[in-house]
Parts: sequence; C-alpha cells; structure tokens
Amino acid sequence: MSELTVTLLRYGFLALLWVFIAAVVYSQARDLTVSGRARTAARAGSARAAESPRQERRAPEPAPEPRTSAPTTGGTRHRPQQLVVVEGPLAGSSYQLGSAPVMLGRSPEATVPLEDDYASGRHARLFPQGSRWFLEDLGSTNGTFLRDQKISRAAAVDPGVQFRVGRTVMELRP
Amino acid sequence: MSSPATTTTASPADSAPVVRPRPRRIIELFLLLLALCIGVGANILVDPDQLREDPRHIVLSGAVLAGGALLVHVVLWIRARYADPYLLPIAVALNGLGLAMIHRIDLSTGQSAANTQVVWTAVAMVTCCVVLWFLKDHRRLRNVTYIMLLLSALLLLLPMVPGLGVEINGARLWISVAGRTFQPGEIAKITLAIFFAGYLSTNRDLILLAGRKIGPVRLPRFRDVAPMLAAWVIAIGVLVLQKDMGTAIMFFGLFLAMIYLATGRLGWIVLGVALMAVGGFAASKVFSHVSLRLDAWLDAFDPEVYNRSPGGSAQIVQGLFGLASGGLFGKGLGQGRPDLVSYSNSDMIITAFGEELGLIGLGAILVLFLLFATRGLRAALGTRDAFGKLLAAGLSALMVLQLLVVIGGVTRLLPLTGLTTPFMSAGGSSLLSNWIIVAVLLAISHSARRPVVTGPATDEDLASVERRRRAREQQRDVADPSARDTGGAPSEARTEPTRSAALSSSAGAHAGADDTAEAGSATEVMSRLADRSGSPAQSRRGDAKREATGSPHAGTGTKKKNAPVQDDDQQEGGTP
Repeated sequence: MSELTVTLLRYGFLALLWVFIAAVVYSQARDLTVSGRARTAARAGSARAAESPRQERRAPEPAPEPRTSAPTTGGTRHRPQQLVVVEGPLAGSSYQLGSAPVMLGRSPEATVPLEDDYASGRHARLFPQGSRWFLEDLGSTNGTFLRDQKISRAAAVDPGVQFRVGRTVMELRP
Repeated sequence: MSSPATTTTASPADSAPVVRPRPRRIIELFLLLLALCIGVGANILVDPDQLREDPRHIVLSGAVLAGGALLVHVVLWIRARYADPYLLPIAVALNGLGLAMIHRIDLSTGQSAANTQVVWTAVAMVTCCVVLWFLKDHRRLRNVTYIMLLLSALLLLLPMVPGLGVEINGARLWISVAGRTFQPGEIAKITLAIFFAGYLSTNRDLILLAGRKIGPVRLPRFRDVAPMLAAWVIAIGVLVLQKDMGTAIMFFGLFLAMIYLATGRLGWIVLGVALMAVGGFAASKVFSHVSLRLDAWLDAFDPEVYNRSPGGSAQIVQGLFGLASGGLFGKGLGQGRPDLVSYSNSDMIITAFGEELGLIGLGAILVLFLLFATRGLRAALGTRDAFGKLLAAGLSALMVLQLLVVIGGVTRLLPLTGLTTPFMSAGGSSLLSNWIIVAVLLAISHSARRPVVTGPATDEDLASVERRRRAREQQRDVADPSARDTGGAPSEARTEPTRSAALSSSAGAHAGADDTAEAGSATEVMSRLADRSGSPAQSRRGDAKREATGSPHAGTGTKKKNAPVQDDDQQEGGTP
C-alpha cells in the first residue's frame, strides 16, 4: 500500500470515530428538542386549561369513545359526571368522568393516581352501568369503604355519597 | 385539606398533546452499522496485508461482532422496543476497538489472546441477549436483594477456595475451571450493585429519617445500615486479603456512589473519602505491595524505582512514553510499539490506544465512555421506580469509577492498580460482566421510555379481579369461616391472605415477599413522624411492635377496626 493510502486511512479512522460520536450526539440532540417542544406545548396547554400544572398532569385520559363492551342498559344521561376528592392528599381536585371505567390507586398506571400512602397500587375501580357508577375493590390491602362500610362486592355509588380509598375520601357529583 | 376546589377538566381539546415515545430502533441500527465499521475497520487497519494473506481473524472477529450486535438488536426489537438506542452501538464500537488492539498486540508478541477474546465476545453478547430476554421487568431483581448479597459474598470468596482459586501475579482473584481462568469479582460488582439498589430503595427513608441527631448530622440507626456495612466489609475485606486494591477501590466507590444517590447527603462522600484516605495510608504501611505501588507512582522516573524487580515503575513509565510518542494524531493503528509495555493488552490497553490513535483517538474513546455513562444516567432519570433509578445510576457510576481507577493509574494521576478497561481489555469475565451491565441498562431504559398505559381498567383487569376475589373468598372460608359476615374483623389470619393475594396478582406489584417484612419498620417511621406532629397514627403492625417492646407509645394505638396498613407495594417517586 502506498504511503498516501496509509496516511489517509489513519486520519480517516480518527474521523470515523468522531463521526460516530457526532451521530450519537446529533440524534440525541434531536431527541431532546422533540421532548422540549412537547414540554412547551404541554405548558401552554396547562396554562389554558387549569390553574395548577400539577393537577393538569394528574388529569386522567378520558376514553375517546364509549367502550362497546360496556353494558349500557339504562339511560346514561343522568350518570354522575364528576369525581371529587373531598379529603386526603389530593383534596380539592376533581376529575371528569367519561363512560369508561376508572381505576383508583397509587400506581402511576391508575386512571386517577392517588398520592396516598395508604392506598394500594390498584386499589379500586369505578365502572359505569346504566345510569349509575359502581365501585369495586381490587383486592386492596386496606379495603374500600362506602358510607364507612367495607365493600366486599361491587356496590352502586350515588352522587353525594362518600367513599374512601386509603385516606382519600371521594364522592361523585352530577 | 382546605385548599380551594380546583376543577380539572380533561376533555380531549384541553389535554396536553400526548407525545408518544418512538422506539428509535432504526437509529440504533444505523449507529450499529457505523460502530461495526469502526470495529471491523480497526481490525483490518492494524495489519492491512493480512486481509490478503490470512483473513481468518478479520472474518471471525467481524462475524462475531456483527452477528452478536444484530442478535442483540433483534432481541431488543422483540423484547424491549423502547430501550435506549445508543448503549448498544457504543458498546459494540468499544468492543470492536478492543478486539482490534488485542489482535494488534498479538501480532507483535506472538500471543493468541485475540482468539480467546473473540470467543468471549460471542459468549458475552449471547449472555446479554439471554438477560434481556428473561429480564422483561428489571424490578424483579428487587425481589432477590438479599440473595444477591449472598451471591456477592460467594463470588468474592470463590478464589480463596483451595484447588479452585489460582494466584496470578500475586493476586488471588481468579478461579480455574477446565483450564480457563475466570474472575468472579467482575460478576460480583453487578450483584453488589443490585443488592445496594434493592436495599437502599426500600430503606432509604429509614436511613434518612430514623436515628439520633447530633448537631447538623443525623446518624442512621445501626440496624438500618448494618446490611450495607456487611456488604462493604465483605467486599473490602475479601479484596484486601486477595491483594487487589483496584477492585477494592471500585467497590468502595460503588458503595459511596449508591448511598449518595439514595440519600443525597454529601456528608457520606466526605466521610467515605476520609475513610479511603485513612485506609490507603494504613494499607501502605501494612502491605508491602501497596507501598511499592505508591513509590512507583510518586517517584516513577527515579532509576532505582524504575529498575526495581517487583513493583518497579517500568510499566507506568513505558506507558507514558507510549502516550507521548502517540502525540496528537497517533502513530496509526499497527504502526506503534505498544508491545513494549507489559500487560499492554489488558491493564495498559489505554496507553496502546494513546500511542496508535493519539490524543484525538483516545479522546474519542473517552467520549464514547462518557456517552455510555450519560445514557445510563438518562435511563435512571427516566425510569419511575426508585430501584431502577438506583440500579441504572449505580451501574453507570461503576463503569465511570472503573475507568477513573484504570486510566488514572496508567496516566499517573493515581497509583496504578490493575483493573480492566471496560469492553476493551483482554479478559473474558470483564467483558461478560460489562455486557450484562449493558443488558440491565437496556432493560431499565426500556421501562423508562415505554409509554405508560393510562387507559381505563381493561377486561384483563376485570378477569384478574374476578379470579382474585374467588381465591380470596376461598381462603377466607378456610381461614376463618365466622369472619365472613362480620366484615372487617381485625384478625391477622384474614388480613394476611388478602395482602399476599393483592401483592402476587396486582400487575403493578413487584416488591414481592420482602415487603411484608419491611412494612413493619416503615409504618414505625410513619407513626413516629406522626406522633411528633401530633396526629395519631394507628397501625396494627406498629402497635404490635410497640406492645412487644413496651415503649411508652403502647397506649396510643388501640386495635382499631381496619386500621390502615401502609402499603409498600409501589415504590414510586424519585431519588432525591
């Protein structure tokens, strides 16, 4: 091999190393800008929608359309539309209910994530049936209480009736 | 509780746009090809004539690198689609460079270390795939926290077993199995990191909050840090006995890094560095090999020290000469004389690279390691559970510490202690453990970037609830038939099955059985805190504890019906 080729290969290899690094850094930078844009968009959205960004983050994702498998026997119009936290770490916040079941619990995967040390990861579930919401315990450690009674099976929850998950007391409002 | 009611509407129009994380596997594939170019290119460049005459090694190493890398890539595509796309290409590039340099030194010295290294590369990459395949959720490692402590102790003690352990160069670090040597300490660093992460993620609050306060410092109670100290004593003690200071420093650094990550207290670092200085001073007085190392570090250019037969500084100085002759651009791969340095393909491989690739090339290698560590830390930031955070950050810290010790050693920043350069040095156990680290980091980064399912409870949830309820009712009938109608009777027999059922079947539950034991101490802290702030906290477990110990709080807790038990099955929230 000629001297020139050797020299070219020698510098070319160093260049290749740095090209690799540049590729890694450049694609990372693109990664960061994407999430940055998303964050600003989210901030703008939260400024529009709610006073507190923390609560905006906690807002549950509403199901885009009613689940076809959900049995809807009665009129769904009079079903309570709002879940309000009366007592507990998240007291004061409220969540809009759609027509999809809602999971309550401490897990971040829960529809309503409770910041409550006394709640289980997947504590309880609210599901609509006809014109009413039903509350069901998901095998939680501390139990779910409706009118201070521990529930052992799914129980109907009427608006204004308080139920307790861990230390969080909630109620439904129309 | 009295805060004004803020209404949050979550209609689709108002909710923030959901950014779906992309798997980014295509980028990984592209970078992987680039990394393979580097690895195979380096293997060709070390001796271009070989391509015509005897291309066996080039073909073999290239095939193993490419095959292994693509295998891991495919496994990622199947099992961990959202894993970090940069870790794998960086590791492949570094591994390829290492293979090339070991082969290059073989050409000068007539060894055959490169073939062994190629085999180990294949084994390590397959192991990485196996770990990725079976470690779908890294949080399962948390269930084996104490087993990992035991395993670490076993691994570290293995070389001491007569007949199994072998002594090489005055350090008894290797075991010999079927003619091959293996360094179990390399695997022990991973198991120790898992133990530290598991222990600290569950006991962080206890270490932080419980204990006596002296001045501005709150000392943790002995029993809260005892397992950590045990792990530390095992690691350091065994290593001092085996005469390997480098690994001891690395383990001690890992211990400090993890405890700092978990508690966020700088005091630990200060204390640790002070202890390390004291320990180092004591070791230099007690162990002759340590004082020889110190001499070789401080007076490296003294002819007497240079020529001393055991523990001379010739190795360091030759390495420095090599770095110097490399200059800015290096001699070019295959053009230098890295073989003049002893152990140039393992401990001193960095000087070999410095000589042949120059400052620019060595800088690139260091930047690659830096990028690797930052991606590990990124995974730690992104993941949602404290255990994953600690583990990813701890493993990254481990890699950085190892680099610091070895590169600081060869550049005379620190006393030289034999450690391998991750991914590069000849040595199968090191390669294997580093590829396992890659697998664990990839698994953690997958769970960090994976989109979270925030939808409503699904049909599977319903089915599992139904199943669980049936099981619970059966258990209740067996345990206490009378409790069925009384509702929430506070009988332990009834509570325990419920709890275990909830833990075992809840999808988010990953803590496993160790939580049942922890809950007692965790509630104790909670009730202590609550007592201080004036509000009564009743917990059945806390009560049981208080009654048992006969503390003055015994009267405050009454056996209240359905007293809440703090639920620990989710360790959410970040490290500080």
